[in-house]
Amino acid sequence: MTAALRFDPIRLPPKCKELRQEVRAFLAEEIAGGTFNPFKPKGEDIDAPAFSRKVGERGWIGMTWPKKYGGHERSFLERYVVTEEMRVANAPTRRFFVADRQSGPVLLKYAPEHIKMDILPRICRGELCFAIGMSEPNSGSDLFAARTRASKTDGGYLINGTKIWTSSAHIADYMIAIFRTSAPTKENRRHGLTQFLVKMKQSGIKVNPIGQITGQFEFNEVVFTDYFVPDDHLLGEIDGAWKQATSELAYERSGPERFLETYYVLTELVRAVGSQPDSRAAEGIGRLVAQLHTMRRMSVSVAGMLQAGKEPVVEASIVKDIGTVWEQQLPHRVRDLAAFVEEGVGNRETLERQLAFAIKTAPKLTIQGGTTEVLRGIIARGLGLR
Amino acid sequence: MSESENIVVETAEKIFSDLADAQQINRDTQGAWKAPLWQALTDAGLPLSWVAEEFGGAGASLAEGFSVLGVAGRFAIAVPLAETMLAGWLLAQAKIAAPAGEMTVAPASPKDRMIVNADGTLSGRARGVPFATSAKHIAVLASAANGPAIALLAASAARIEAGLNLGGDSSDVVTLDRTEPLAINPAPQRFDQTALMLMGGVVRSLQIAGALESMLAISVRYSNERVAFEKKISRFQAVQHNLAKLAGESAAALAAATSAADTLANASSFNDEAVFLEAAAAKIRCSEAAEKGSGIAHQVHGAIGFTIEHILHRYSLRALAWRDDFGSESHWAVELGKRVAHRGADELWPLVASR
Repeated sequence: MTAALRFDPIRLPPKCKELRQEVRAFLAEEIAGGTFNPFKPKGEDIDAPAFSRKVGERGWIGMTWPKKYGGHERSFLERYVVTEEMRVANAPTRRFFVADRQSGPVLLKYAPEHIKMDILPRICRGELCFAIGMSEPNSGSDLFAARTRASKTDGGYLINGTKIWTSSAHIADYMIAIFRTSAPTKENRRHGLTQFLVKMKQSGIKVNPIGQITGQFEFNEVVFTDYFVPDDHLLGEIDGAWKQATSELAYERSGPERFLETYYVLTELVRAVGSQPDSRAAEGIGRLVAQLHTMRRMSVSVAGMLQAGKEPVVEASIVKDIGTVWEQQLPHRVRDLAAFVEEGVGNRETLERQLAFAIKTAPKLTIQGGTTEVLRGIIARGLGLR
Repeated sequence: MSESENIVVETAEKIFSDLADAQQINRDTQGAWKAPLWQALTDAGLPLSWVAEEFGGAGASLAEGFSVLGVAGRFAIAVPLAETMLAGWLLAQAKIAAPAGEMTVAPASPKDRMIVNADGTLSGRARGVPFATSAKHIAVLASAANGPAIALLAASAARIEAGLNLGGDSSDVVTLDRTEPLAINPAPQRFDQTALMLMGGVVRSLQIAGALESMLAISVRYSNERVAFEKKISRFQAVQHNLAKLAGESAAALAAATSAADTLANASSFNDEAVFLEAAAAKIRCSEAAEKGSGIAHQVHGAIGFTIEHILHRYSLRALAWRDDFGSESHWAVELGKRVAHRGADELWPLVASR
């Protein structure tokens, strides 16, 4: 037998129930106060620094991190509840979400103590926005082809080159990026890249917004020209970023944000078909709900593995593969199932507006944060095929 | 998994490895493997896992029994173990002692109904009843004037028309015409045919998930052996990606089925929205996985997997056949969709996120 993939049934502990109610009440208040509109999926992309601080005040950023760095030492399952409630409400989480999910954990693991003490509490307060500098014009899925150079200079490194498709770079305070410090070796083409903490508001860096097919400008080109990074901003091992990247992936790839991106169209479909749907609509909705439920169980199960200190990289890749393909197809399935909804149904306009946006969003879902092809390669490696 | 579950699982694995080797079964056209396997299962107390010791069973927990069925799915075994377990469980609901030997349950489809006549006899027709022809007894759920009743009857008292499912296992029509039961009792409060279908559906979901695990394992093994264009086919990216998808389907089925089983094992009643969601979703998702997964397993194997000599069909065709029992995925999807619509749009997320 191949190494068995296990997704043990993990239930959210009772204290998650209370937390969920708190989060829902908070979001309802924010909606009532006009911070964001839950029916507008673009809400997630509006920049809402005040909202970010309020979430920080509630203690919902850095939930799993040590208290000494401003964290709250709560479980991954509690963090899971907050994440999924925010996502389903289309809350504007852009400012803090990347730092909370990925950048913070990387700093916790690899940053020197004084940097951790400086930056992590500010993340937890919702004051800092992070970007991730991976892709380059000639290096996308092939991460190890990155060429942006970090050359040693007095007291630090000089950076020259370009990152691209960098989400939030236009509003970010920091970026965690990989730069080339040595050439790859014959034996190991992944060798020679190093992770750095990069301060965005500093000379030598230029952020150029890139328009997307949805009409948004949320990713960017970031050009470095003799940009200086001090020595203590180097994260982990010189030339060894490839060893550090893998554990990040389990965090990045298994969360509820990997299948809930277009969820809002399913809610509106249920509203549109009413309480007495015909068999066609009922069957379609039943299948979608069964698929959604299954992915959530898988995703919660991975959160349980993270809580138990495991690194479920293959399991997380499976969640992201199935989840992103599902959320990509969802608006199209909803469009099919809504085809015979009567004219004049109350939310028809909302549904159509949402579908138009979701269908335009859909193509990116299987590309960002690791393409379907890359994920299947990782799964195949886990199966012993490569 | 608890320690006692581990022990039960190891016992089942040992019996199946020794006596239900797919290759040997596939070569055995006379069915000589069946009697020793059934004897070993009986000696280990597995067919009556869910029957209390006072009623002649092993008194295992629901969780332990579900674990055994996952293993049974991995071996795609073709003896009425799941059916006898279900029948024993159904009888136990009405405190009827389970007899020894093979059993099955009727009805096995949400569309069929059995009734209790005024004189206490049973009538009705149930299609697609698994292993009715090899069962000695049948556990029946029937509607009486005062609510559902559970009955035990001798299989010889029913009219049984033999049929076969996709996997070549018995799937029969059972007709009762004023048939005398050996025993009959009222079903417990709020126990109805939906409860039996949900339980049967979770059993089949576990078996499908197990069969998919095996399809993944033998497909991966084959792709690492078979050479084409001067390299192992596992080196081709197209094949790797197909197998990654199969792994995803196998994982999804396993997650859905084990979550539903865990839910039933800890539920006090079937009359619960979360129980319905878990059990219905498992049957829907596992059935979808059976279609996608078996398709990929066959594609990876090429022509050899299409031969009767190869063992692949033992898993692929059974997984596909099991979709039909205790309500197909279409049936459960319509039922689940209706419930979701009835609750209303803003109650969908609270249902999904309830646990």
